Amino acid sequence: MGAKKEIMNAPSQDVIVTRVDAAISWMRKNSVWPMPMGLACCGIELMAVGASRFDIARFGSEVMRFSPRQSDLMIVAGTCVYKMAGVVKRVWDQMPNPKWCMAMGACASTGGMYRSYATVQGVDRFLPVDVYISGCPPRPEAVLEGLMAIQRKIANEQALHAMKTGIASAPTHQPVTGPVIVRGDYATRR
Amino acid sequence: MQRVVERDKLLETCRQLKADYEMLTDIAGVDNFGEDPRYEVVYHLYSFQKHEYLRLKVKVPEDDMIMDSLVSVWKTADWHEREVFDMFGIRFRNHPNLKRILMWDGYPYYPLRKDFPLAGIQTELPEYAEDAGKAEAANMLGGPFFGGTGTTSSREREPRQYDTPAEQQEKLKS
Amino acid sequence: MATRYEMEMIDSAARAHQAFEEELHGEKLIVNMGPSHPSTHGVFRMVLELDGEEITNCWPEIGFLHRGDEKIAENMTYTQFIPYTDRLDYLAPLANNVAYAYAVEKLCGIDVPVRCKYIRVICAELARISSHLLGIGAMSMDIGAMTVFLYTFKQRELIYDLCETICGARLTTSYTRIGGLANDMPESFIPMCRKFIADLPATIDETDKLLTRNKIFIERNKDIAVLSREDAINYGATGPILRGSGVEHDLRKANPYGGYENFQFDIPTGTVGDCMDRYLVRMEEMRQSIRIIQQALDSMPGGEWNAPEAKIVLPEKQAVLTKMEELIHHFINVTQGINAPVGEVYFGAENPKGELGFYIVSKGGGTPHRLKIRAPSFVNLQLVPLLCKGHMMSDTVAILGSLDFVMGECDR
Repeated sequence: MGAKKEIMNAPSQDVIVTRVDAAISWMRKNSVWPMPMGLACCGIELMAVGASRFDIARFGSEVMRFSPRQSDLMIVAGTCVYKMAGVVKRVWDQMPNPKWCMAMGACASTGGMYRSYATVQGVDRFLPVDVYISGCPPRPEAVLEGLMAIQRKIANEQALHAMKTGIASAPTHQPVTGPVIVRGDYATRR
Repeated sequence: MQRVVERDKLLETCRQLKADYEMLTDIAGVDNFGEDPRYEVVYHLYSFQKHEYLRLKVKVPEDDMIMDSLVSVWKTADWHEREVFDMFGIRFRNHPNLKRILMWDGYPYYPLRKDFPLAGIQTELPEYAEDAGKAEAANMLGGPFFGGTGTTSSREREPRQYDTPAEQQEKLKS
Repeated sequence: MATRYEMEMIDSAARAHQAFEEELHGEKLIVNMGPSHPSTHGVFRMVLELDGEEITNCWPEIGFLHRGDEKIAENMTYTQFIPYTDRLDYLAPLANNVAYAYAVEKLCGIDVPVRCKYIRVICAELARISSHLLGIGAMSMDIGAMTVFLYTFKQRELIYDLCETICGARLTTSYTRIGGLANDMPESFIPMCRKFIADLPATIDETDKLLTRNKIFIERNKDIAVLSREDAINYGATGPILRGSGVEHDLRKANPYGGYENFQFDIPTGTVGDCMDRYLVRMEEMRQSIRIIQQALDSMPGGEWNAPEAKIVLPEKQAVLTKMEELIHHFINVTQGINAPVGEVYFGAENPKGELGFYIVSKGGGTPHRLKIRAPSFVNLQLVPLLCKGHMMSDTVAILGSLDFVMGECDR
């Protein structure tokens, strides 16, 4: 009882009353550490997202972790071929829950322009993709928007429930049904 | 400059040519499907003094696909020959490490042969990649990317917008 | 009487000394590196055999980005393949476009106007600067100098701006066409480009100050992975790696193509052939590229930018809409492709990474019978076992950085 009274008396700007779920989700969504699975050309644009002009640090995701054990979001950037598919899958399996996956660019989403004997026709054949970004490669702004889509998705998750049951991405009030598609086409600036 | 070399004289010819043409630039295999002999291996040599390329061509028949390796003359031939083996199935005698280089070990086909489809053929993936399923033939749907000229409807010309052939048929009917 | 005993207590230092004298070697350790490793610049795998810290053997493995470009090329027209060349060396897409266009033009036996050649020279040199900036930035980042990467990437963003001005895309440019260009260089490009090359030397000098006389950088690069002149030729190395080993070979000078004979520039060469020399060659090549761009901008001729070959070059849009003949040419060019003559051709261009060659076999018609891409990274990567042996485990990142390869063109 005493503790409650203390909270009530505290100055209002120091205390925020919220659900634990929302607090956890808020913390999670602003500290998404990406695992940059830079496979091909999109990897270069991913580097551009990390560099000074586009600066992914504004979204709390500047910590590119090449170790899957320390990362939350796998960005599959580039063409995934069958020889590499097992490696991508294994890296994904090594990431701890909760984890999200972003298919960056046409090749990772659908195989893109490489319809051939060697290319996986979309990484969603073996990974649960949350956000697809179109474009070949997508503009860095589109990658940032994809990251924001992931953040919206995280904000809507029932974090506590997921922790107890082990089922990730159980939606709360605003259910996000299915994956999000972000348009990353070229808009010329000429 | 171009020269056609007999298969069994290649090694000897290259040893002599190395004095003039110091660098082996490229080795390419060519599949002339329907001709006899079917395969060709094309070597490009470069001379630093004369600033020119020399193209050597060796014909390889389909029933006896083996030739001499040039690794003893130029070290760079190593990977090039492995690539020719990987893509066409031509074997090289006395090669130190003749394994597949671009596809994985145990891949059963030779992709750049003309009778191999662009979409590929369903195969098992290597052991480490079993979780990722199988290597499936890509869905070409009337492709590849080379629109026909006979049809009038843009839907028929671009059938790849649909996911499966069944869906494609259904959409075309409606 | 007290008895005196002699006791010997061996401490760990003494044991280590003993082991060293007896040449006691432990078991060798096999370490896997890649294909998902930050310093392999993509998907390159190495299996290293270590004796302590020293590399005793090394087996590289490639093919993790083999997308089947050569097979795809056999199934489409020459013009349709241009976007695929962007994705070969994706650090310098413009240079690949230029090399491919010259190869097909050599097959068709056509010549492009001087203006087109000059624009292509500017494109290729911008691509060279862009590729070397990233090469040096990534190499220094792997070694531990993060700052340089951010500095060089800032300049790369400006090159992306120039690419956007010229063709509308940042990375996948597809700017050249067979017998010309997609569009003329816009007016606003020239002042932008002048400003860029005026500002770039400051960044190069800054990088120079940060790295070239930096004690740590020198320690990690000097006398590491020395490649002799003979080995470089024997292994078919090209580009900055060959020149770093002291061979003054540059296809722009040796077999001039595309108007390079009109420009003054020097070929930098190294003396030792170690990682430091390869780095210094790249630094100097960027300065020479600035020189070439400056000359090309100063002497840019006017006039047509497409070859006057109606059967190969796409006509202007306005003419297609109003004139019958142009409409027919446009229709046939787009649907069936150019009718290339029967024959075969090899064209090698000096790309940032080395000699990018296209060997095209044509049996007539719109599609190539065989298109072989001689990728410089593929050939240069063969050097890895030779260079790595006998060095420390931590030197591999410096060696890979100095080879500056791109898996996109290596695996194709």
